[in-house]
Amino acid sequence: MTSGGEALIKALSDEKIDIIFGYPGGAALHIYDAIYQQDRVQHILVRHEQAAVHAADGFARATGKTGVALVTSGPGATNAITGIATAYMDSIPLVVISGQVASHLIGTDAFQETDMIGISRPIVKHSFLVQSAEEIPAIVKKAFHIASSGRPGPVVIDVPKDMTDPKVKFDYKFPKDLYLRSYPILGEADPLQVSEAVKMLKAAKKPVIYAGGGVIQSDASEELVNLSKMAGAPVTNTLMGLGAFPATDNQFIGMLGMHGTYEANMVMSEADLIFNVGARFDDRITNNPKKFGLEAKKIHIDSDPSSIDKIINVDVALNGDAKLVLAQLCKEFKNSSIENADLNPWWDQVEEWRQKHGLNHDMLNLENQQDIILPQQVIQSLYKVTKGKAFITSDVGQHQMFAAQYYKFDKPRKWINSGGLGTMGFGLPSAMGVKFAFPDEDVACVTGEGSIQMCIQELSTCSQYCLPVKIINLNNRALGMVKQWQDMQYGGRYSSISYEDSLPDFVKLAESFGHVGLKVEKFSDLNDAMEEAFSLKDKLVFLDVLIDPDEHVYPMLEAGGSMSEMRISKKDKTF
Amino acid sequence: MLSHIAILMENQPGALSRVVGLFSQRGYNIDSLSVAPTQDPTLSRLTMTTSENPKIVNQILRQLYKLVDVVMVQNLSDAEAYSIELAIIKLVSSREKIEKIISQAKELEGKILDDKDGHIMFEIWGDSADIDALLASLKEEKFIEVTRSGLLGMTKGNVALKTNDQTKISYD
Repeated sequence: MTSGGEALIKALSDEKIDIIFGYPGGAALHIYDAIYQQDRVQHILVRHEQAAVHAADGFARATGKTGVALVTSGPGATNAITGIATAYMDSIPLVVISGQVASHLIGTDAFQETDMIGISRPIVKHSFLVQSAEEIPAIVKKAFHIASSGRPGPVVIDVPKDMTDPKVKFDYKFPKDLYLRSYPILGEADPLQVSEAVKMLKAAKKPVIYAGGGVIQSDASEELVNLSKMAGAPVTNTLMGLGAFPATDNQFIGMLGMHGTYEANMVMSEADLIFNVGARFDDRITNNPKKFGLEAKKIHIDSDPSSIDKIINVDVALNGDAKLVLAQLCKEFKNSSIENADLNPWWDQVEEWRQKHGLNHDMLNLENQQDIILPQQVIQSLYKVTKGKAFITSDVGQHQMFAAQYYKFDKPRKWINSGGLGTMGFGLPSAMGVKFAFPDEDVACVTGEGSIQMCIQELSTCSQYCLPVKIINLNNRALGMVKQWQDMQYGGRYSSISYEDSLPDFVKLAESFGHVGLKVEKFSDLNDAMEEAFSLKDKLVFLDVLIDPDEHVYPMLEAGGSMSEMRISKKDKTF
Repeated sequence: MLSHIAILMENQPGALSRVVGLFSQRGYNIDSLSVAPTQDPTLSRLTMTTSENPKIVNQILRQLYKLVDVVMVQNLSDAEAYSIELAIIKLVSSREKIEKIISQAKELEGKILDDKDGHIMFEIWGDSADIDALLASLKEEKFIEVTRSGLLGMTKGNVALKTNDQTKISYD
């Protein structure tokens, strides 16, 4: 016989979960007591519930498995909300278990009561309120199935305290099957549409393959590479898709969109066929949708039918799982007798764009190098020292864009960032989740002095669990991305982007948690410090790099314009 | 144009708020809404109208179907369907006058329900636009209150809004 609390943890274990991230509290006490009395599921105590969800999220993104977070009711639940919204926007499979006040107290404004089902409703794929303890195993099973299948997403299980009462026991049985009415999961796409798509791809003279996070979600990188090689088209990845196609491959033209490469955005503007694989024509990509791809036919692979024609109408919709649909396309492409169009003129044009404003130059060997460090140089140094093989998590802002532009991701699931919600504070806790999953791999969190302070309390968690992640702090002493916009659109009126002299001494701060802090102020010290940080295998190193405070991220799409309307530098623009 | 959408959903606490929440969350407009359980007590049927354009209606249908609690969605405006709305109206008037109004509204059916203290309550049912027209024609009366059911609808013939049996998902 088991109690509801024990059943909950047993069910997690039956779902092959061996690690969860959380923070205890009154409504979750029975569950924590059940955790204490077993050793199959390890609980990681974070310092703030937001970090618990981000850590579970980082774990999920790096492994492809479902991440699990456990929080208490009221403030525990509301603190988890930012983490849940982050996972929702990037379609990350999570199960978030929240304690709730006892069921007879629900609705009475009881201590630490909040309507978690209501608050989380717009940012979950689905949610469950446990109404009898016996249904806990079946709910857990459904929650994991829903979180991880189709277009993945976070699922909340809200557990009133009486549902986990140790005095109420029942026979535990983990269900073998589950029943859901009308929950279709798409597999292969309509063969007629597949054949139409192949015809269009073969006929296109100026095609581009635009691949997003969906490719990574469905583990379809191999299939994407296969199709891209056959088609010979230039390939661009979204911020969420980086690593889906190897960045060092010559067919790769870099990231596209708001801070995408010049060549990728030009290719998107001039293409006669835009082949979207697992991306969603997000506003950071299309810029003004009325000026998007006017000359191009469009094909869209998506596992979520509501993504089709949501922003951009397409000519061919391939509803299905990216991995299966790409495999269908590869097969059809091979069997098709239609000849491929000559792409040489198109590639000549792409190369010309690449030469003109590409981001491929070695920033570590600049002529006239001054002492001052450019943020791009830090990322290139990081890339060099980690040989391009590290897991890189990031926060949100300029540093995120520099990391996306300059760290060449050759493999999926190595680049972990909050793309949709843009959550500052995501970087460090998600790096913890990655490090738990891959203790022997290099894990670096690229951050800024603004973002890192949003979840800096997790330095303590890293100390408790000996997590030797590397924090690469691009410190420009200001909220850089906001400052950049204020420079460009608000006449340099710097409203609330400076901390004046109140920044902590990050070296001492790191040391106070038992970590190593290193400060780098001169370019000549950068590579050595980076080497040192990664040579200290068992230590968390906080590398505080003082960078040029005036650097902007370029290219940058002009608001309201087409994808070819870009600022290339502070002086140059294409329009 | 008004689109008319029928939804079959789990009769679960919170299911309705997911449907209604979807509309506010994504900025879709609801013109009318009605909901009640069906002959199968585990299922509720919801009927709503919206005046969004066809592209948005298409999005609404897909977003609704994506909700785990929504079992089936049907755009009645695209099908051969019968639809009807009921209104109950209260006025300060005379029985004779209201009887005349009801008999003159040829497209609508109706009857007087109550007559107390000079307040006449009557029901009418039929097409929503005809009810709109009737309400407009009552402008000169001393109007007390009106309640409308929202449009209800059903497809004709062998087309029906129904669910397949539960999908069994097995694990190895």
